[in-house]
Amino acid sequence: MLSEKELQEINTELAHAVTKASASVDALNIIQRHRGWVSDEAVKDVASMLDMTPEELDAVATFYSFIFRRPVGRHVILVCDSISCFVMGYNPLLDVIKNRLGIAFGETTEDKRFTLLPISCLGACDRAPAMMVDEDLYGPVTAEMMEEILEQYK
Amino acid sequence: MEQPLTKNIRSTAEPLSLKEYEKTGGYQSVRKALAMPPQDVQNIVKSSNLRGRGGAGFSTGMKWSFVPMGPDARRPKYFVVNADEMEPGTFKDRLLLEGDPHQIIEGVIASAYAIEAEQAFIFVRWAYKLAIKRLEQAIKEAYANNYLGKNILGTGYNLELRIHGSAGRYICGEETALLNALEGKRATPRAKPPFPQVSGLFGRPTIVNNAETVANIPHIINNGPDWFKDLSRSNDAGTKLYGVSGRVKKPAIWELPMGVTVRELIEEHAGGMQDGYAFRGVLPGGASTDFLTSDHLDVKMDYDSVAKAGSRLGTGTMIVLDDKTCPIGFVHNLIKFFARESCGWCTPCRDGLPWLEKILRSIEEGTGQPGDIEILEQHCKLLGPGNTFCALAPGAVEPLQSAIKYFREDFKRHLRDKKCPWK
Ligand SMILES: Cc1cc2nc3c(=O)[nH]c(=O)nc-3n(C[C@H](O)[C@H](O)[C@H](O)COP(=O)(O)O)c2cc1C
Ligand code: SF4
Ligand code: FES
Repeated sequence: MLSEKELQEINTELAHAVTKASASVDALNIIQRHRGWVSDEAVKDVASMLDMTPEELDAVATFYSFIFRRPVGRHVILVCDSISCFVMGYNPLLDVIKNRLGIAFGETTEDKRFTLLPISCLGACDRAPAMMVDEDLYGPVTAEMMEEILEQYK
Repeated sequence: MEQPLTKNIRSTAEPLSLKEYEKTGGYQSVRKALAMPPQDVQNIVKSSNLRGRGGAGFSTGMKWSFVPMGPDARRPKYFVVNADEMEPGTFKDRLLLEGDPHQIIEGVIASAYAIEAEQAFIFVRWAYKLAIKRLEQAIKEAYANNYLGKNILGTGYNLELRIHGSAGRYICGEETALLNALEGKRATPRAKPPFPQVSGLFGRPTIVNNAETVANIPHIINNGPDWFKDLSRSNDAGTKLYGVSGRVKKPAIWELPMGVTVRELIEEHAGGMQDGYAFRGVLPGGASTDFLTSDHLDVKMDYDSVAKAGSRLGTGTMIVLDDKTCPIGFVHNLIKFFARESCGWCTPCRDGLPWLEKILRSIEEGTGQPGDIEILEQHCKLLGPGNTFCALAPGAVEPLQSAIKYFREDFKRHLRDKKCPWK
């Protein structure tokens, strides 16, 4: 079941939308903002609001890297693994995260605090190596800074 | 030196509010454009020689001129700003979106008016959270001051502008894939023809322009085509946002006259290589352009000059390869990106790129086989222009084919020594 708030936000998008389906990404983003991820049940509920079949909506959801179809931790660490960050050394950062949190790309810590994912070029190549935690951008990140950055996210 | 696109951008401060922006002459081009017939706005842009800053460099005025005009044209027409910016090594549009959102909105209004569009979208990538926030705020202000909405400034022209926040997929930047994304479908590219100018978003005439292209429009309307051409040092008009990243002293973006040389960018603006690092090569315009080497340092960074040197100006943001980075590791990183971001629609790209990735990885790891270089070369041809549904795959093999050409010895050494000499 969608919450009152989710329904209201999706309906606001629908009021502007040319076709209902064209609000699909907005609607999925709304669900994810409230719940952290998009469950099968949420796909069904949203699909019916958009006059789409769950399969049609899921085809859209699974196309995108940042619609999470599985639960993620309370915070998502996104390390840029594209070219400028490769040249400037993102690999040492991954080693720090691995040692500190015991997770690799695609994994979540046991206490559900962090999920670690790669992200394509953050458009912050002048600040490489760059990373995001939730909505916050960091760069250039050094191994020494990592502890302090992660401590801000409980 | 004039820097029209970045004159209002202060790196640390908040962007200008609408009132502050108006004080610097902001929104004048809207008043000026809306007092002319749309066709005249098109003509000004056409004679300015503005070429699209999204990578392909197509004439903006020419592109607009394909849109059916007048009372019989199918409506509503759409104007879309492409701010997907996911090309690795490219970080120029973010500066404009975060630094001066009103400039983008002003460009949208004048451009949309020129093609008689009544609905516009700014398509922004998922990760640009700050840009989305600032654009939303600026759009609110523009509505409140009647630069958007119904009967703009009493001229009878109506325009709605909305932001579409994407969810993270490089292919959405390809203009026909972007249209499918806006329609809420899987963002695979569309067959052309029909071209979007005639049948685009929801089957209606649509123009998609890069964010930097759009930011140029107000200045061209205010100051005229000749002023715009005079900004440049080459045949291609205007200024350009150039960037350098990699092991240079001062990686950044600068607005400079079109046609500065590779050497000026790297040695003067970026301050040269970091101590202990030597220059080996550079991708001049983002991840999907061919390498240039130290033989090309005096090449001018405009569309035709870079093409003559065997590469593309692309996005104008360069990535430097230094002597402490393995060139095979470098292209492996790029191909891994393209393989991951392939939309999967056509076979050569969907199957070919992962294969290239595997071969490059094995060469890097010392398990490459004799004949691997030839297989890579063959695939660069098979994935080249004309063999795939969109330009992602041909773009992906540009750095690889040129790496094999310029760094062939390094490939051979990996195979011979069965290890990466940089590890
Ligand atoms: C795979 C792929 C990704 C692209 N990504 C972008 C992008 O992020 N931003 C952009 O402006 N153009 C991008 N383009 C180019 C667009 O298709 C289109 O040419 C451009 O938006 C047109 O704008 P312009 O004429 O103002 O340059 C991409 C092209 C391809 C093939
Ligand atoms: S070339 Fe690649 S990205 Fe383009 S349509 Fe084919 S599979 Fe999709
Ligand atoms: S390559 Fe990492 S931010 Fe651009």
